[in-house]
Amino acid sequence: MINKFFESAEAALADVSDGATVMIGGFGNAGMPALLIDALIAQGARELTIVNNNAGNGETGLAALMKAKRVRKILCSFPRQNDSWHFDALYRAGEIELELVPQGTLAERIRAAGAGIGAFYTPTAFGTLLAKDKETRRIGNRDYVLEYPIHADYALIKADRADRWGNLVYRKTARNFAPIMAAAARCSVVQVRETVDLGAIDPEAIVTPGIFVKRIVRAAASLRRAA
Amino acid sequence: MKKLDRNQMAARVARDIPEGSYVNLGIGLPTLVAEHLPKGREVVLHSENGVLGIGPRPAPGEEDEDLINAGKEPVTLLPGGAYFHHADSFAMIRGRHLDFAILGAFQVSVSGDLANWHTGGDAIPAVGGAMDLAVGAKKVLVMMEHLTKKGESKIVERCTYPLTGARCVNRVYTDLAVIDVKPDGLHVVDMVEGLSFEELQRLTGVPLKKLASAA
Repeated sequence: MINKFFESAEAALADVSDGATVMIGGFGNAGMPALLIDALIAQGARELTIVNNNAGNGETGLAALMKAKRVRKILCSFPRQNDSWHFDALYRAGEIELELVPQGTLAERIRAAGAGIGAFYTPTAFGTLLAKDKETRRIGNRDYVLEYPIHADYALIKADRADRWGNLVYRKTARNFAPIMAAAARCSVVQVRETVDLGAIDPEAIVTPGIFVKRIVRAAASLRRAA
Repeated sequence: MKKLDRNQMAARVARDIPEGSYVNLGIGLPTLVAEHLPKGREVVLHSENGVLGIGPRPAPGEEDEDLINAGKEPVTLLPGGAYFHHADSFAMIRGRHLDFAILGAFQVSVSGDLANWHTGGDAIPAVGGAMDLAVGAKKVLVMMEHLTKKGESKIVERCTYPLTGARCVNRVYTDLAVIDVKPDGLHVVDMVEGLSFEELQRLTGVPLKKLASAA
């Protein structure tokens, strides 16, 4: 019997090793898998490469992981925010490496990894600082920049409901990066609000089919954080 | 001459967005455009984080942490709205499905280069979806004050700030004028009351063309 449910976030993240590349879903706090990030902090893996749209907000989640100095490098599109002080301090001190990626290029690089694409040409960033030293090519009458996929060891994401095969549905804009990260990582770990029986999710409405999902942890509703 | 305030600028932009348009509103000033679209005109608002059909701001207490826009502000969804993941969201942007992207800017050049993401120097850079919107939308509209706080024109011969995109801006709405960026230069579409073309030309510095219909 296939059963992807794990008893705890600790058990689901026990094998994360130092130096791992970890994708973390969420756009700001929407879709941020707080339970899994807290478990990753407790687990203790260091020298992580993190992929997220942002670089942490306030004191919780990804910001707390950075404050604990577990992050060697971050790939993101929008690090600087009015509440990104932990990232800002590490960056100013030269204690974290930043790879700044335009948001759509970040999404497509993640998608490409999950889809088995070797590289792709995008018009985004042509002629800007973010395409410096990158291969370019004129196709038709447009200029494009060559971009490579981002693969990960783990993806930590949040969904609304899951069955034991790992089929997922999300809630509103909390979906954001989760479906593409689930596919891009060798091991995707999902925090869900509710677990349901096989067949309870309408097959026409499944957003992430279980083939992309390895481990599922149910988070108590009380753990959902306010924005 | 009376400069337009932020709401008047937003109302001026809203006038030009036709029924049925798919539109992405940038963070800050462009977000105000939503509040000035005439009631009954169906315009579908897109946000990079994965939503089409954004409705009005939620009432206090009705906010949902899972329903936000790209500025991370709480929003609502209209009947007919849809959620989707980030790769689809940027396929809509890059794939030329959006009719308009309305963006703020630090500078726009005479050839339509846009600078709106980085002030250079040792500032921590952050780009978000700006570069995708600049190359992807069918029309890129910029909303910005005409002059910097020091009184320098933000419409320039060449951008001195790092570019977001080259030759991508179609029209600029400022607190003084509406200006089209065309292959043969900048065309003034209209100006605020009491401003002469000569005065606008003097303030702007780079050559402007006067449309016959411009006041």
